[in-house]
Amino acid sequence: MTTTTLPPSEKTAPVSAPGHTTSDRARSERKLGWLLAGPALAVMLLVTAYPILQAVYDSLFDYRLTDPENRSFTGLNNYVVILSDRTWWISMAVTVAITVVTVAVELVLGFALAFVMAKALSAIRPVLRAAILIPYAVITVVSAFAWRFAFAIDTGFVNSWFGWLPGIGADTDWFGGQGSALLVVCLAEIWKTTPFISLLLLAGLAQVPEVLQEAAKVDGATWWQRLRKVTLPNMKAAIMVALLFRTLDAFRVFDSIFVMTAGANNTESVSFLAYRQTISRLEIGLGSAVSVLLFLVVVGIAALFIKGFKVDLAQARGEG
Amino acid sequence: MPDEQTGRDDAVRGGRAGLFRQRRWRRALAGAAAAGVLGSTLAACGGGSGGVPTLTWYINPDAGGQTEIAARCTEAAGGRYRIETATLPREASAQREQLVRRLAANDTSIDLMSLDPIFVPEFAQAGFLAPVPPELAGRVTEDVVPAAVETSTWEDQLVAVPFWSNTQLLWYRKSVAEAAGLDMTQPVTWDQVVAAAQDQDKLIGVQGIRAEALTVWFNALIESAGGSIIAENSTDPEQVTLGLESDAGIRATELMRDISNSGQTGPALSTANEDTTATGFESADGGFMVNYSFVYARALGKVEDGTMDQATVDDYGWTLYPQVDEGTESAPPYGGINLGVGALSEHPDLAYDATECITSTENQAYYFVHDGNAASDTTVYDDPEVLEAFPMAETIRDSLEQAAPRPLTAYYSEVSGGLQREYHPTGSVDPERTPREATEFITAVLRKEQLL
Repeated sequence: MTTTTLPPSEKTAPVSAPGHTTSDRARSERKLGWLLAGPALAVMLLVTAYPILQAVYDSLFDYRLTDPENRSFTGLNNYVVILSDRTWWISMAVTVAITVVTVAVELVLGFALAFVMAKALSAIRPVLRAAILIPYAVITVVSAFAWRFAFAIDTGFVNSWFGWLPGIGADTDWFGGQGSALLVVCLAEIWKTTPFISLLLLAGLAQVPEVLQEAAKVDGATWWQRLRKVTLPNMKAAIMVALLFRTLDAFRVFDSIFVMTAGANNTESVSFLAYRQTISRLEIGLGSAVSVLLFLVVVGIAALFIKGFKVDLAQARGEG
Repeated sequence: MPDEQTGRDDAVRGGRAGLFRQRRWRRALAGAAAAGVLGSTLAACGGGSGGVPTLTWYINPDAGGQTEIAARCTEAAGGRYRIETATLPREASAQREQLVRRLAANDTSIDLMSLDPIFVPEFAQAGFLAPVPPELAGRVTEDVVPAAVETSTWEDQLVAVPFWSNTQLLWYRKSVAEAAGLDMTQPVTWDQVVAAAQDQDKLIGVQGIRAEALTVWFNALIESAGGSIIAENSTDPEQVTLGLESDAGIRATELMRDISNSGQTGPALSTANEDTTATGFESADGGFMVNYSFVYARALGKVEDGTMDQATVDDYGWTLYPQVDEGTESAPPYGGINLGVGALSEHPDLAYDATECITSTENQAYYFVHDGNAASDTTVYDDPEVLEAFPMAETIRDSLEQAAPRPLTAYYSEVSGGLQREYHPTGSVDPERTPREATEFITAVLRKEQLL
């Protein structure tokens, strides 16, 4: 495939790249860098590394919050229990399904919205951007309740509005089955987070150099060709960052499920499973092990995106 | 405001930098002043009124009755203590989560707790409850319905103080029962209710949602059939023996399936909670339902708002919970609130004094009339005011007398959660398979060999 991007020389070999010897100035700059970033790093370690390590430690114990005296070391037993349990794999499948469906739909919708925002008349652009962003400003729990009330059989209007569609009647119980319940969960998630993805894509769209577009136009490329050969390749980093953030986010889905089904009819996500073990059952050991596994999966996804798809986070933020 | 005004004048004279300096200085001064005021207010709270100890009572949300009782008891204490209330989340499970987290973290601010009876054993076994003074135990259990005492007891010791009690009645539309030829003056069975509803094509309201309400329903069925979810109890989770596979357990499963598949339970049984059921009963299709007494107050409220006809409320009838086997007394669901005193409270003696005031006959009667929560003290049911406000009060008392609590175990969440997983959706349970699978599953969860 031939694509048109600007040569990467600028990024890989900065003109001011230092040689093998570090000058005094570079050293003092590095020191200043540590001084500036140090406090933030310390806070990050305190609020993220400490709980993660604590969870890893707790996951090796049989430990119930209401029975601390009988806490005992069980090694990796909690992990064995979880990984040999059907419930874990069902939750995993549900979480993966929600992630794939929502992220895929959001990407397409987000692109469409980003294009609309980019090309809209300048007079209505601010209004349009604000309007598109509104769902993202809504708290997830609130949005989940709104969608639940809309679809619930006693308070909802969906059944009467869409009664003309085949398969929907006054008696359709959306939260009564796995498929239909997950559909509503996905719809709520898509509605709420598409603005986020479209905003990231809009930033990417703005980075596509206009000269390339014009050159392609002069060469007689159609709109579709320009999109495929110019716009998308130049936006790759932005797309990947948007996908990465949304995938990580979607994988932790909790609020909508908690509000809409509370995990009934096999709609439990992995986060919900961790909640149930830790908060409801008070089995800190088992729950920590679920959390650690969830953490590992999320790290895996991030690694896959960054190494596998070669996403350069710095470049996407315009630091390259 | 003059201060604001002066600031502006200064700014005009002193320019921009002056304005900022001025504002910053003023803000700092205001902050210091606010801190001073706050400090003196707090001081007034703590010791200003002569060092009166403050008891914090963690309450479940209600219509304001507990806060009023707290005020009354503060007054009655004559300066020995003050009671302040702190409101817990609405869901019983969330109330437990918050209290357990606080107690496990040694929170000394918890003096009094409004506890759902199902969580009393867990709190008691974890050592979260201060021991009940022996001389008090006799007084607070006098004339109290048996289930309330039972749920306040753990390992033969009273560990909590019974406050109010809740039970489910069988609600019916008089017109429907009459048309079906069902004599409601006598106790009826589930089979009769199903047949009457089918005959008239009306709804039977039961709670099939995968939530605590499902455990409530199943427990009432198995207890009415003469069995129990937990056949042999133990403080060691691995020694708990379940009674789901007993004849009563199989009968309850069978009945649950048949009621669910009777065609009269409405379109959303698998998500139906107490409110859904009440909504169905209020509709033109309403026939029968098992539910708590809030449905009556709810109907009266709707009449007042003009969203329901008086004729509909006049059609409401109530009787004891349906029987499983004809002639065998039913075991209606039991709920309510017991009062616990935090083990880390700085004033456990005063807190127990306060429980006696809170659960006095007058306060229980007030709470019944004001908030609609039935008393655990049977003498309250002789109060003319109660009888006037609640025409079904006598039925409630009778129902409470024969009510059966849900399993009393420190591992209640595991048992109830496991049950809900296996018995949901209620229409798909199989008397041959489900009791066995549920027993295996719950046992594995109790042994920490499976996730929930």
